[in-house]
Parts: sequence; C-alpha cells; structure tokens
Amino acid sequence: MRRRHNETQGARDVAVTGSGGALSRMISLDLAVNAIVAGLLLGGFYAAVTVGVTISFGMLDIVNIAHPAFIMLGSFVAYILNSNFAIDPILIGVAMTPVFFLVGMAVYQIYYYAFERRGEESIQGLAFFFGLLFVAEVALILVFGVDYRFVEAPYIGPSLHFGFVDLPLRMLIPFLVSLLMLAVLQVFLGRTFIGRAILAVSQDRLALQLMAANPSRVKRIAFGISIATASVAGALLIIIQPVEPSIGRDYIGRIFAICVLGGMTSFPGMLAGAILIGVVESITATFYGPSWAPAIAFGFLLLTLAVRPAGILGR
Amino acid sequence: MGAARFWIVSFVVSLAFLVLTRWGISNEYYFFAAYQVLQFIVLATAWNILGGYTGYTNFGTGAFFAVGAYTAVVLHKTTALPIPVMMLAGGVISGIVGFGMGYLTLRLKGVFFAIATLALAIVAQTLIVNWDYVGGSRGIYVIRPQYAPISGSYIQYLYSLMLALTWISVAIARTIERSTLGLGFNAIRDDEQAAEAAGVPTLRLKLISTTLSGALMGMSGAPLPYYVTYLDPASSFNLSYAVNSVAMPLIGGMTSWIGPVIGAVLLGTIQQLATVTISSALNLLIVGVLLIVFVVIAPNGIVGLVQSRRRARRR
Repeated sequence: MRRRHNETQGARDVAVTGSGGALSRMISLDLAVNAIVAGLLLGGFYAAVTVGVTISFGMLDIVNIAHPAFIMLGSFVAYILNSNFAIDPILIGVAMTPVFFLVGMAVYQIYYYAFERRGEESIQGLAFFFGLLFVAEVALILVFGVDYRFVEAPYIGPSLHFGFVDLPLRMLIPFLVSLLMLAVLQVFLGRTFIGRAILAVSQDRLALQLMAANPSRVKRIAFGISIATASVAGALLIIIQPVEPSIGRDYIGRIFAICVLGGMTSFPGMLAGAILIGVVESITATFYGPSWAPAIAFGFLLLTLAVRPAGILGR
Repeated sequence: MGAARFWIVSFVVSLAFLVLTRWGISNEYYFFAAYQVLQFIVLATAWNILGGYTGYTNFGTGAFFAVGAYTAVVLHKTTALPIPVMMLAGGVISGIVGFGMGYLTLRLKGVFFAIATLALAIVAQTLIVNWDYVGGSRGIYVIRPQYAPISGSYIQYLYSLMLALTWISVAIARTIERSTLGLGFNAIRDDEQAAEAAGVPTLRLKLISTTLSGALMGMSGAPLPYYVTYLDPASSFNLSYAVNSVAMPLIGGMTSWIGPVIGAVLLGTIQQLATVTISSALNLLIVGVLLIVFVVIAPNGIVGLVQSRRRARRR
C-alpha cells in the first residue's frame, strides 16, 4: 500500500501547491480520473486475491482466514524463483498452482478430520486457521526477515499513456491476468462435472449426500482450487508492490469485505465488490493520503455487515 | 464455594502472593516478566468471557487493549491522574467500544462477528496512526513519575496493580460462570436460536458479554504506556495480543475460569523463557504451533483432558 501510491502522492503535492483556481481544478479532475482508473485496476487485482475465499468461505462454508498467508507464500515462491532463475513471475504463479492445490487438499484433510467430522467447526476451526496464518507469517519472517522483496519483469516500470490517463503495465497486467483467471474458474464451475458438483455442495450438502455423493471429496478438491488461486494471486501481488511477510494481514479485512460485499458466492458480485473497494481506496489514498486507505475496506465491511449482510448484489 | 467466599479466598491468595513476591524477590527483571504473564491472564480471562462462555470469537483483542493504552496516554497528557483511575477510564472507553462493536455485528452469525473484530482492529489502528496528538505512527514517549505512590520501585507498583486487576477479573469470571448470567451465556453458545425461543434475552446478554470483555481488556492496557515508556501503534495493536488471548483459553480450556489462567501462565512463562534464551520471533512461532496442535488434538484444552481422564477413572 505505502509504496504503491508514491506517484499519486507526488501528484497530489503538485495539486496542493498549484493555488490558481482553474489550474488546480483541472489538475484535480485529472487526478480524480487517474485515481479512478488506478482503482479499477487495483480492484481487478483484488478480485484475484478474493476468489479463493469466495470459494472456501462463500461456497464451502470454511472460514479460511489463513488465505492471505497462502498468498504471501505465493509471493515468496515467485520472489525466490524470479531472483534466482529470472523466470517470469506470472509464469511461476501459474506453474505452481498444482503444488498449491496439493497443499490445499492436505490442509482440508486435516481440517476435515480434526473439526468438520466431529462437528466442531466453530471456534476451534477458526482458531486453527488463525494459528496457521500466524505461524506462516512468523516462519516467513524468520526465514526472510522483514525486508521488502520485489521481482523483476519487463512490464514493471513502463506505462501506457492515453491523454492525461496513465496505465502502468505493472497494474494493467495483473488486472488482465486476474480477469482471465476469474473467467476460467467461472467456466470451470458452470461447465464441468466437478465444477457443478462444487456448486451443488455450496447449495445443499444434505441433498448431495442423499444422492450418494461424497461431499467431503468434492470439498477437498474445491478447497485445493481455492488455495491454488493464491499461487497466482501471490505472484500478482509481488508484481504490484514490494512484499514483506506481515502485509498479508492488511488483506484479511479487504478480502472478507469484498467477499461479503459481493454476496458471498457469486463471482460477478465479488468482482463488483472488489472494484468498488479498489476505487474507493484509490480515491482516498489520492485525496486524503495513503495512511487512511486501510480503514476504507474495513469501514465498508463493518457497514455492510451492519446494514446489508446479503451484499450489494444480494437478494 | 459461593461467589462471596471465592472473592475473599482469591483476595487472600493474591495478597499473600503479592507480599511473598515483593518481600522475597529483589531482582527487578522478575517483576518485569511477571507483569507480562499477569497481563496475559487478564486478557485471556476477558477473552474467555465472550469467547468461551458466550461462544463468540474475538480476534480484535489488540484493539481493545490499545484503546485502553491510548486512553491512558491522553489522560497522561491532559491530567495528572493516578494510574488506577486511568485503568478505570481505559476500561470505560474500551467497554463502550465493545458495546458499539456488539451492537453493530452481534445480530449476525458468529463467523461474521469474528471477521468484524479483525476489521475493527485495523480501523482503530488507522485512527490512532492518523491522530498526531497521541504520537501518530511515530509513537510517543511517556515519562514515568520519578517515585511510585507506594513503597518499592515503579515496576513493582505496576506489577501490584496488574495483580489486583488479575484478581478482579478472575473473580468476575468465576462469579459469572456460576450465575444465571453465565447460564444465559452458555445457552447462547450452545444454541442461540433455541435460547432465543426459550426466552433468553440473547441480544442483551451478548451486549453485556462484549462490553465486559472489552472493558477488562482496556483496563489491562491502561498501564502499558508506563510499563514500556514508549508506545507506538505497531506494537500496541500487535496481532500477537490477539493470538495469545485466543491461544491461552483454547490451550487451557474454555469452559471454566481456571482454563485461561492455566493457559496464560503456561504460555506466558514459556514465552518469557524463550524471549530470554532464544529469540522473540521464535516465541511467537511456539504460540502459533501450540495453538494449532491443541485445537487439533485436544479441542477442550488441558482442563478438558483432565476432566475426561477423571471421568474415565470413575467408570
């Protein structure tokens, strides 16, 4: 968050010092448009971060608050492979999805035997994921320290210009990859047998059991997929901003805010929520300073929970 | 043992402990370490009133704790009140925050409450970071009075205060546990709908629970500025407070007042030893790993293990 807004921060200083009426109005219009565009791109990326939780929390009812930790893992895998072998970070993110898929299946298996089978999903299950989040963060700090790490790729740095609108490729590429991933998942869920089985689990687990299907097997695969998306999301994250183990925390509230805003289970609703949060955060960072931005997502979350728990596109 | 007798007995035990330690130990460091352990007993007990008795998971311990600490900072800058009064004030402010939090979110499922508390912690931290009067993100130095109001060094004074607070919060927890209020809390934890249908005023009880739990956390945070003498948002809102206050009752056992005490003494002591002998990053790793191991293997904590063994022997 902090570094990403350096450029807009600089632009804001210009707007503040430019005291001439018409001039400053023009600059602030240009600032506003740029902030909205940056917010759109940011929101697209947030969708990639959130899609895993939409699957695990929205569809499977597994409150995986450790999801940001898996995203951090994804970022650090991308960092290691990129800095040692100079492989493209997005390529790494995609190539590592099978590994993350297996890790996700293993985590679900533990969760299933320890909590779901016993029917003790509530506090103990939450505490399990909370502990996992914490252990992953501390372990990453022990191994890598608290320095900011970054990756190198040809599209980090240059930007496209349309008039006064800037499109940094560093934001545009993650945005496009994220939309592509959402589209693939949407088609997968709607068209394939396994995908439809996952949707069936999310709609009525008991009915599925009565049809002699095994919900825990379907859930294992679905949870594996949700963790696999963290591999890609982590690679996108480290393209957008330098990464340090504890920034994962900032994403917990953001992810769940978006998930709840989007009405929990639908991908289009989630994308709308992600873009809303992205735009509002970006505008706040531009006009009030980046230190206020983290409160936005959480403020939204608290408001949504209090006023409209079904989400913006909910019934 | 009746409630009144428990208050008296626990008072005598605490007083004896205080006299023994103050008389027998001269090394300042032990009071420094004991303060931490006592503070964790208060936090764990306060968390357990909401988490263990009522069944609502609070991940925002750091927020309530820091609100208490920053209340003390504001009072320190504006007035010259003695610390016990500041603790009361911190308790009142954190209690109000707890009430507001509960009012906004408790009509929802428990999981949303847990996520909303995480969100609350970040919103509160953002507010403090942007509030220059209390130091903002740079933090603030708090200069201790040269002499403690009672005999002994300043750290011994803080230690005595924390011991008194520990006595009060444990006795409150024990009293609630054996009262109609506690029965109401347990009814909510076991089945909220059934409790509501049976005429338990669930919303009111939950509000009492969040207010009380938040107030105790705030009271334990109020002496913190004088204990550390330098307070900044990153350390006072640290996630480790949340992890510890979740882990301690879970490891000790959530159904009885003694569980959080056992968990806090055990984990608190291990952490103090690990900080001195190994490193402070590693001791957080120990807490996280213990939390995961315990929720998977012994979901009812140490108290649960002892109870089931006793039951097995009786058979």
